[in-house]
Amino acid sequence: MKKNKEAAAAARRKRPLQKTIVQYIVTVVIILVALLMLVPFLWMISASMKMQKDVMSIPIKWIPEYFYIDNYKRVLHIDAGDARDYHFLLAYWNSIKVSVISTAISILSSLMAGYAFAKLRFKGSNVIFIVYLSQMMIPSQLTLIPRFVIFSEMGLTNTHMSLIVPKIVAVSSCFMFRQAFLGVPDELRDAARIDGAGELRTWAQVMVPMVKATMAAQGTVQFLESWNSYLDPLIFLSNWRKWTLTVALDQFVGIEGTQYNLSMAASCLAIIPVLVVFLFGQKYFMRGLTVGAVKG
Amino acid sequence: MENNNKAQKHRIRIIRENLVAWGFLLPSALGMLLFSIIPMFISLYVSLTDWNFAAGLGNWNFVWLDNFKALWSDTWFTASLKNTLIYAIVTVPISLILSLLLATVIDGFCKKKVAGVVRVAMYMPHICNAVAISAVWMALYSKYGPFSLLMRALGWSDPPRFLADYTWALPALMLVAIWAGLGYRIFIYSASLTALPQDLYESADIDGGSWFQKFWYITVPLLQPTTFFLTVTGIISSFKVFAYTNVMTKGGPGNSTYTMVYYIYTTAFRYSRMGYASAVAVILFLMLLAITIVQWVHNSKNEQR
Repeated sequence: MKKNKEAAAAARRKRPLQKTIVQYIVTVVIILVALLMLVPFLWMISASMKMQKDVMSIPIKWIPEYFYIDNYKRVLHIDAGDARDYHFLLAYWNSIKVSVISTAISILSSLMAGYAFAKLRFKGSNVIFIVYLSQMMIPSQLTLIPRFVIFSEMGLTNTHMSLIVPKIVAVSSCFMFRQAFLGVPDELRDAARIDGAGELRTWAQVMVPMVKATMAAQGTVQFLESWNSYLDPLIFLSNWRKWTLTVALDQFVGIEGTQYNLSMAASCLAIIPVLVVFLFGQKYFMRGLTVGAVKG
Repeated sequence: MENNNKAQKHRIRIIRENLVAWGFLLPSALGMLLFSIIPMFISLYVSLTDWNFAAGLGNWNFVWLDNFKALWSDTWFTASLKNTLIYAIVTVPISLILSLLLATVIDGFCKKKVAGVVRVAMYMPHICNAVAISAVWMALYSKYGPFSLLMRALGWSDPPRFLADYTWALPALMLVAIWAGLGYRIFIYSASLTALPQDLYESADIDGGSWFQKFWYITVPLLQPTTFFLTVTGIISSFKVFAYTNVMTKGGPGNSTYTMVYYIYTTAFRYSRMGYASAVAVILFLMLLAITIVQWVHNSKNEQR
């Protein structure tokens, strides 16, 4: 026992200097690893500003000596003459439109469903809840072919509706909102009722404001999911006028893929807005991810 | 008389409550019915037919399990099944080990601010769309690209053209997947690390335990639920891999990077063989179902304890 205490005291005395040195070395190593992981992005940015002949020059010039803005002009088709137009700006607009509307729809319907599961008593609620749970297992790849057939029968292929309407059900968001509403005390709801508010008003003006944090988290998650989705738009949209950014980028890479300066400029344009949104909204986004993943 | 009235009022209230609840549930439940449940049954049905999309709706023969029997002698299918399994078996453990180590080291040694910045930097690939990431890595992997340059610098005199090489294409895609998913896993591990009880570490400190001992005997066992969660989600997302294959290699060279979803995509939307493709989709579904059942059994066992 005494020995233990002495050893611990000795360790404590020895630790500070040794510990700080180790700490600094490890921190430097970790920063190097992080930089290594960022290398593809750094290379992308640097290559997007170079002329084609300099992209693969050795040694790699990380900061180009000039800023060759023509790559970006070419991708966006600004004074590009008869060069092929990839309609990138239109694809941007389509992506923004689809992502914003589908996020709004999925959040709204999940807010409603989550509220029903958490606070309202109704017949069959357990059965419906189990059906919801089991839907988590069904991969969208299984339902892809029937959805395509249904949409083409309804004339919905080549419309943005084919991407937006299915977003009305977002099972994981329903669960998150259910969880959040369970944490809101019933007294609030009863008080609103006594004050004469109807069900809809109670929900919209009293309950929904209580789960704002979950809304922000699920909003970012849903937005990114829709912004980055690739397989669905690839299959449902064959007309370039409707293409979202992922499909437009895919086409661009398929055709101009070996002109790396151009494909890197296009990738930059596709990635950077998302990175900016992420860096500003990371607090909410990260929270949205960890809820459900981490127990306790 | 009064009692009767009360009972009736009660009944009306219950009916009202049910209607309100269903009203709230309706948009989501309707969406689920139309875009998930009904399509699922259609998929199961179509997988038992020889339907070709070009023949038009309803022009199909019911062939029972013929599609499923044919799949096993179809080398494109067996290759895509094999590649998908290899992809999961290799990427999931490597990503888990790397992210667990990095998360613990970042948590244990870096100052809070540095740790935050590093984690966000490592997280960045995860939020970028897979097409852009593929475009970047295609350039990195190209013959005179930086990756080949690095390999030469490391003493590999004649590195292959990674994406165009039969043996190297799949490992090349797996490297991209590991890189892209690492930050997410580190983040989940970090969040779990901060929730761990500190008393065990304190008593280990008193006993003079080394960093590695603490890592191996305390951190790893305590993080077991997180590891399990990440294993399951990792396997599920590996089974669904599509974008990297479609953008970087188109399944090639040969069938070396065919994955199951890519095979579903080409069979259904290039060759219009909806019945056959649905059979592949059903097999994918069964694989995911098996993983989910394992997860449920595991979780319910843990809850009982």
